[in-house]
Amino acid sequence: MLYFSKLRIISVIVFTVIFSYFAISNFVKFDDKFFSKNINLGLDLQGGSYLLLEIDNRPVITQKLQAKIIELKRYFKEKQITLKNFSLKGDTISFETTDNEIENVINILNDKESDVNTYYPTYKSHEFDVLEDGNLFSLNYSRYGLVLLKNSSLDQAIEIVRRRVDEVGTNEPNILKRGNDRILVELPGLDDPNRIKSLLGKTANLTFQFISQNNEESFGTEKLSFEDGSRDAIVSKRIILSGDNLVDAKPTMNSQTNETVVSFSLDRVGAKKFGKATSTGVGKQLAIVLDGKIISAPSVREPIIGGSGQISGDFTFQSATDLALLLRSGALPAPLNIIEERTVGPDLGQDSIDAGILSLFIGFLLVILFMIYKYRAFGLIANLALISNLFLLIGILTLFEATLTLPGIAGIILTVGMAVDANVLIFERIKEETKNEKNPIIAFDAGYTKSRTTILDANITTLIAAFILFFMGSGPVKGFSVTLGVGILTTLFSVYFIARLLTSLYVVKNKDKEQLLK
Amino acid sequence: MSNISFNKFYRKFNILSLILIVISLVFLIFKGLNYGVDFKGGTLIELRTTDKTNNISLIRDSFNQMNLGDVSVKKFGNETDFIVKFEKQNSNDPEFIKNIQNKLSSSIGDVDFRRVENVGPKVSSELLKSGIIAIRFEWQFSLGAILAIFHDVIITLGIFSIFSLEINLSIVAAVLTIVGYSMNDTVVIFDRVRENLRKYSDIKIFDLTNISINETLSRTIITSVTTLLALFSIYLFGGEILKGFSLAMILGVVFGTYSSIYIANPILVALNVSQRTIVKEEKD
Repeated sequence: MLYFSKLRIISVIVFTVIFSYFAISNFVKFDDKFFSKNINLGLDLQGGSYLLLEIDNRPVITQKLQAKIIELKRYFKEKQITLKNFSLKGDTISFETTDNEIENVINILNDKESDVNTYYPTYKSHEFDVLEDGNLFSLNYSRYGLVLLKNSSLDQAIEIVRRRVDEVGTNEPNILKRGNDRILVELPGLDDPNRIKSLLGKTANLTFQFISQNNEESFGTEKLSFEDGSRDAIVSKRIILSGDNLVDAKPTMNSQTNETVVSFSLDRVGAKKFGKATSTGVGKQLAIVLDGKIISAPSVREPIIGGSGQISGDFTFQSATDLALLLRSGALPAPLNIIEERTVGPDLGQDSIDAGILSLFIGFLLVILFMIYKYRAFGLIANLALISNLFLLIGILTLFEATLTLPGIAGIILTVGMAVDANVLIFERIKEETKNEKNPIIAFDAGYTKSRTTILDANITTLIAAFILFFMGSGPVKGFSVTLGVGILTTLFSVYFIARLLTSLYVVKNKDKEQLLK
Repeated sequence: MSNISFNKFYRKFNILSLILIVISLVFLIFKGLNYGVDFKGGTLIELRTTDKTNNISLIRDSFNQMNLGDVSVKKFGNETDFIVKFEKQNSNDPEFIKNIQNKLSSSIGDVDFRRVENVGPKVSSELLKSGIIAIRFEWQFSLGAILAIFHDVIITLGIFSIFSLEINLSIVAAVLTIVGYSMNDTVVIFDRVRENLRKYSDIKIFDLTNISINETLSRTIITSVTTLLALFSIYLFGGEILKGFSLAMILGVVFGTYSSIYIANPILVALNVSQRTIVKEEKD
């Protein structure tokens, strides 16, 4: 165990030096791009906001089901099959057909080539499960149909969230999918998440609808309240134009009224629709509705045919900017709820780093002094291994640009405390062997060999714990498990290559002395 | 090598351990654990006041006036730093935290919110579930080591329950690390027991465990000491956030060291392990 070939010695040195170089590059700036990697600091250390959003798919499902009813009606009408009594109760579409058409309808709905009930060969499942009871049919989303629907609405939502966050211009936001209805948003350096939260909390469904002439609620109209809550208005349900037709929106000053407004421009289709509606509706009030609330309801004075317009309302410059941003980024497919929020201020983060480094330094110093006291020259060897262990650990974390969290720092400190264990096991074993074996080289060799299984067993158990923490853990716990796990690997390397190399050099040189290890 | 008759005290310490476990279980069952917002849901605010004359009761009164449910206020390190926790959470309303800050500023002067955690009850129950599954994973290892681990975890959590210390995500990490450490310690002694079983066929397991404990004792002590040195350094200098974590680890290391001697080994004795046990094992 004590013999090292030249090649091995060189590769140990090269390996250690390279990783130490990476470790140092965190503190000293190198010109070389390859070495100027940095450990990412977690949100708890650099400050920032962490938001967990959950998508509320209920409205999407209802919307899709309503659209499905229309599609079914149209499809069967073309096929000249009579369906009647369509209804939507909960998540179930039901309808009736005449007795002699039952067979036909079943075939159409269960056909693998079906146009109205898509078949997914990968899941061996249709979009909808079909139940029939005599001439009464009911359709429900199948398990996979629902999963696909949720996935697609989540993908859409992530895209919109990303656009909105990017537009605000925080640095390096991290936006990730979690499960099939959650989105994780990490915003490093963001101290006050209120603006982002209010931007992400809005669906931003924009519609233009005429205000109804008569004040009674009737078929085809709905009662909506104004944004400021001052009053209600009866609005026609017919949507003249929606946010989908917008191509741009920005805050501007209206030179005549000196008000801040949001001006928008429409695509070709939108411009045509808008022009047509405003030319027939001169004199009427046009309500601009955002997420079910009326922002303002100006009167149409003349047809607007240029494909651009303005939204007025009681805007400050900030609120106009935000509305423009929401309109540009598009509407979310479904409302998002913020179910978890963690914000750490930047000065607290710095305090945590300072405290972490201080405790690392002190813990390190105590362990080093204790080892020298206990083992003298070999304590020094163990300490050298410990120091290179620390460099290797930080170097590897840097190379993979891992994220360091506060519990991660704790993991490093714990590694320092536990890393000497392997060397202690070896040294204690050598002491035992020295009692029966006078030749120090043989005794040292036996000490290394006999302690090896124990050291492997012991470290593997800790490695398993680190693995479990990594796979079950979230956020900060994950950071801890990474440093703990990598720490075990670097510990084994530093013990079996660095410390063993130094030990062998020392023992060979001092082999004639009495009792090397007391 | 030391020659301490650890085995003479097996019975006494087993009774002590049993008593400690029973006390811990009684507290865990009847008093329960003090779950932090990570698990319970709710809001946590770490704040720093500019006015040094502010005290806990003043801050508590200001929060109580805001109708936020159960409010708890604790000092957090510095004179001017406090941790406030309350039941109500409303992460959807962007004005929620801002309103609290405004109201607070008007009653006790300028405050800086250094950390805000706002966790919905739905998320928190999921975190708890995954925490428990992870502990169950370790059950496949040998009985002695597992009982030793249970001993350590139950007593550590029992102490957290007795002193109403908060359980958050990093405590779960600490508990799992304790599992690793305790196992590590037990494995080292067990390896030696196995080696000695092979070497001496005529020594009874009762004495054999004692020899093995003594042979590995200096290692056990040195490793515990260095680990504790590192942990105390985190506890004392690592800042308030890591206090609970490092305390749990310190308790875990102390009990882990104790249990690998006084729980894991008596179980080998009770199961009457002999040379045949390992010879058979190796044939398999």
